[in-house]
Amino acid sequence: MKLEDYNPLEDKIYRIMDKQGEILKPEDLPEFNNEQLLYLYRTMLLSRTMDEKQLSYQRQGRMLTYAPNIGQEATQIGSAYALEKKDWLVPAFRELGAWLVHGVPLKNIFLYWYGNEWGSYMPEDVRVLPISVPIASQLQHATGIGLANNINKENNVALTYVGDGGTSEGDFHEALNFAGVFKTPTIFVIQNNQYAISVPRKNQTASKTLAQKAIAYGMPGIQIDGNDIFAVYSATKEAVDRARRGEGPTLIEAITYRLAAHTTSDDPTKYREDAEVEEWKIKDPILRFKKYLEDQGILTQEWDEKVKDEIEKEITSTFEEIEGQSDTEIEDIFKYHYETMPPLLEEQLNEYKNFLREGEV
Amino acid sequence: MANKINMVQAVNQALMNEMELDKSVIVFGEDTGLEGGVFRATVDLQQKFGVERSFDTPLAESAIVGTGVGMAINGLKPVVEMQFMGFSYPAFNQIISHVSRMRNRSRGRFNLPMVIRAPYGGGIRALEHHSESTEALYAHIPGLKVVIPSTPYDAKGLLIAAIRDPDPVIFLEPKRIYRAFKQEIPEEDYVLPIGKAKIVQEGEDITIITWGAMVRDVQKAVEMVKEKDIHPEIIDLRTISPMDRDTFVESVKKTGRALIVQEAPKSFSVGSEIISVLNEKAFLHLEAPPTRLAGFDTIFPLPRGEQHYMPSPKRIAKTIEEIVNY
Repeated sequence: MKLEDYNPLEDKIYRIMDKQGEILKPEDLPEFNNEQLLYLYRTMLLSRTMDEKQLSYQRQGRMLTYAPNIGQEATQIGSAYALEKKDWLVPAFRELGAWLVHGVPLKNIFLYWYGNEWGSYMPEDVRVLPISVPIASQLQHATGIGLANNINKENNVALTYVGDGGTSEGDFHEALNFAGVFKTPTIFVIQNNQYAISVPRKNQTASKTLAQKAIAYGMPGIQIDGNDIFAVYSATKEAVDRARRGEGPTLIEAITYRLAAHTTSDDPTKYREDAEVEEWKIKDPILRFKKYLEDQGILTQEWDEKVKDEIEKEITSTFEEIEGQSDTEIEDIFKYHYETMPPLLEEQLNEYKNFLREGEV
Repeated sequence: MANKINMVQAVNQALMNEMELDKSVIVFGEDTGLEGGVFRATVDLQQKFGVERSFDTPLAESAIVGTGVGMAINGLKPVVEMQFMGFSYPAFNQIISHVSRMRNRSRGRFNLPMVIRAPYGGGIRALEHHSESTEALYAHIPGLKVVIPSTPYDAKGLLIAAIRDPDPVIFLEPKRIYRAFKQEIPEEDYVLPIGKAKIVQEGEDITIITWGAMVRDVQKAVEMVKEKDIHPEIIDLRTISPMDRDTFVESVKKTGRALIVQEAPKSFSVGSEIISVLNEKAFLHLEAPPTRLAGFDTIFPLPRGEQHYMPSPKRIAKTIEEIVNY
């Protein structure tokens, strides 16, 4: 594909596979072998099941506030799959699929949402930054990682995510502007899931597309069907290749839909119609990919059931392991603020430990 | 070789030194490259180390800091300049939400060895937003270190320490004394410890705790009260956070009296914190109420009024006498 062929001002959406799983642009279909295709499908199922389980644990009072990704699996998994292990992934907070692809252990993900900082402690070889809650602030880190790559003459890239609402933040514009000026190897993926909590996309900006904002910053921008895993991968791969060649940043607007609530504290029936949700359910990224895999004879019902069973077990046992763990150690609350703990913190820690010797909080 | 220089030159020398020693030190900000900064603190760095290690950025403070976060995660040591402290607030979100928290939230996986430099403070007859002292805003944030030098010697030693520190440091430079005086300082590198105050002058009648440009005004005031046979001890905090409490607590235990002199507004300030510490640690030694002499709780006035705002040596001397005679 050619990014340049998709002028974001024309509101043209890049798509390889339609909602029935039919291939519209065979010439752009990524050359995946069956193992890769089934890996992608399995990861989509893992992400979806994880979300469903978390929501159910939350309703049972066993999990805290949770932000589900249901409906956005293709955007997350297809884009992260275009990275190599040495590349950096800079998430916002709704990128479960991308985390899974780039090597974050399931246990970390549970730990984080279970309220434990150790969830953000990545294994040494996993180049994923902790979840970033302040909207759009993480984009600048991806620009900085890219700038450091340029200075260090390293051949890796940084991929970062933001939502449609995040494009209204100043940090979004500053990050893209810096990336353009310094030509950093950064790929910005907007997960346009149509809502920033309750505020629809049309109320965020008067721009026709979000991708067109790329033009102002001197980089290519493209709108893609975020529920088509092939289009997501293909566009991201092209952006990654450009970045690796030293040609600078790219902005990708992936059009998708948040089928679930913003978080478990949100009630989407207050701001959107059921009919709209039903319409997007037909465009579910997993359904169409499954259809494609079945049509190609790659996915069998037997494999599907076996994998679903595996995933169910993996998730249940990981969660039960986390659930059985005790609360945060007191020392851990203090220990990681500075390389060496200042006397002030030591004093507060010791005073509190003395208090605890007298019994419970 | 004699190396008699002022504070801006000392800052420049520290940067030169560290860029020479450590290739990962990168200096950037608004006008910091080609021009060498509006105060010339970064002058000649680009000429010497090239445009990749000393460069101008677009005009966006949040991205200067936010980009620095990414660079620090990816192996560099960014030393960024906020042109004036009053312009650092667009970067507040990055500083509070990320710079201060990255080590803790990643459980030590990602530390941020970065320095955010900013000229601060009043007394230079400047435009609006160019005179405030908001060090307390940064000192209130867990995970940051806040350092303020008061002499060329301290500026060089503390800035080198800040650049070598594995944790993020907000380095505030009292611009009123950037060029106020020169000092003979070592040409080679040296480090002054962060988190350690300095006893500038020993005395027994009262402890005066201060920092930045106010140190000199306090010294002038102390000269004025000498003839009344009052001998104050002067402590330069040097590091605002984490604060060296032991040095001033021990001093107040000895003198029984404490005055904090700051140009920042009085309420909710570093001085307020020092008094809380004294209440907790030196209560039974106090002979008089620990007192703050500070800027008013008002907006910093434009130049025609600023002489009223900052405590003058005369006012400091009068307050010393009042506390000693309490």
